[in-house]
Amino acid sequence: MDTMRDRFAPVVSRLLDEDPRVAVVLAEIGVATLAEARLRHPDRVINVGIREQLLVGAGAGLALTGMRPVLHTFASFLVERPFEQVKLDLGHQGAGAVLVSASASFDWPAGGLTHMAPGDVALLDTLDGWTVQVPGHPDEAETLLRHAVAAGDDKVYVRLSVQANADALPVDGERFLTVREGRSGVVVAVGPMLDAVLDATEGLDVTVLYATTVRPFDATALRRATRTAGTDVVLVEPYLAGTSTAAANDALADLPHRVLGLGVARPELRRYGTVEEHLSAHGLDARSLRERIAGFVGRGRAGTRG
Amino acid sequence: MTITAEQSHPYTHGDLHRLMGLMTGDEKHGPAATSTLDVLWVLYDRVLRVGPERMDDPERDRFLLSKGHGPMAYYAVLAAKGFVPVEWLPAFGSYDSPLGHHPDRVLVPGAEIGSGSLGHGLPIAVGTALGLRAQGRTEPRVWVLVGDAELDEGSNHEAIAFAGPAGLDRLHTVVVDNSSATHARPGGIAARFEAAGWSTATVDGRDHDALYAAFTAPHPGRPHAVVAQVEPKSV
Repeated sequence: MDTMRDRFAPVVSRLLDEDPRVAVVLAEIGVATLAEARLRHPDRVINVGIREQLLVGAGAGLALTGMRPVLHTFASFLVERPFEQVKLDLGHQGAGAVLVSASASFDWPAGGLTHMAPGDVALLDTLDGWTVQVPGHPDEAETLLRHAVAAGDDKVYVRLSVQANADALPVDGERFLTVREGRSGVVVAVGPMLDAVLDATEGLDVTVLYATTVRPFDATALRRATRTAGTDVVLVEPYLAGTSTAAANDALADLPHRVLGLGVARPELRRYGTVEEHLSAHGLDARSLRERIAGFVGRGRAGTRG
Repeated sequence: MTITAEQSHPYTHGDLHRLMGLMTGDEKHGPAATSTLDVLWVLYDRVLRVGPERMDDPERDRFLLSKGHGPMAYYAVLAAKGFVPVEWLPAFGSYDSPLGHHPDRVLVPGAEIGSGSLGHGLPIAVGTALGLRAQGRTEPRVWVLVGDAELDEGSNHEAIAFAGPAGLDRLHTVVVDNSSATHARPGGIAARFEAAGWSTATVDGRDHDALYAAFTAPHPGRPHAVVAQVEPKSV
């Protein structure tokens, strides 16, 4: 299967052809894949070199002239390194952009922490008005990229990863999908975590929601799910554990509830190896997830179930 | 001091200290508060094709104040040119005032960007020039004002290094040099722009005719930087 990132250049190339507002800004990463598009649109495919503060600042300047900038590099260099530019040049200026990252939490485990960004979504959570899209399949990445570019002058973050589920679901760029229904807990699987969550919850009486648009958080879907499945909620996120715990708590603020936030652990692992090894190390493989989910759901209400 | 709501004649450079006085409570201002005053006046009075009625005109010039510290001179010029009502000036920095100690483009009519954190204006100006070029708008010129100490921020050097080779000839930077940078070397400012392929001019930042000549000097195919030297911030 191709990767989400393999879809970025073809999708963006078509958007460049279709919409004269679209401009792509790169900081060396991904330049080769857009070489052909750059020949057709030399003024709208811009490589600023290895200059990530300029990547975001120039993107903001493009937006202020009415363009729809799409900025792309690895997550650590797109959100973390130029974070003040993301906060001020986009947020404070009132300018919109689509930020499309690659490399995610540990897509390149042998690359080490310099190329890992498990904190990207949590960091964006300190800012107002960001839509965060976390596709779980290359087809979903295509859909969500198109949604992001078409979203007026919104600020949208699209988080691409080599981790993916086997099959795509019909995501709409807005709502959680209900994948499985049960009566003893709600598990929210974010993006590429879905397949592992479905394996882990096989035979458990839980509802599984699938989230690809994580900000804004679909509080309505979570509340609806808790009506039949109860208010034990487990979040399984492919980035920093607990990133969406506050959002889930806010969604259920007027109800007694319990939330377990699973995801990438905070301590630096300092290991190389493979994505699978890192998933296991963070307890995100199906076996570990099953233990942690089964050990949590229903326990607070054990005496009330028939 | 009186506030004249309806002034019958256009404001001149001679009115600027009085307008600044509405914000500072004092008509005498030291060099630090006025380091940008003459540069701003010459730009708004003689160079920029802007006006309060043109703020939505895509063909207008863009002026980006990157050095957002000490914006009284900027607000005075915006008031003198009719972007901001003179009546707004006395409430400068108060809760209900649109005029903060750093300008906010969302609140200040005529302000193309908000600034305050140093080193953001030049990269945004690069993007503005790229955006205008991508839309085939070859007329509007983009100006950004930075301070000499502001150039200590590395983000500027990302922008300077890119803009020269990219041939952004609609981009202009004016560096107001009041010798406030630490670890500076004589001639270092212009040399850095030149090394990146910019056209440069260094002039007396109080001499209006010299500023005008430097601002309007031709620079085909290259971005242009003007170093405007004023009195040192601290002697």
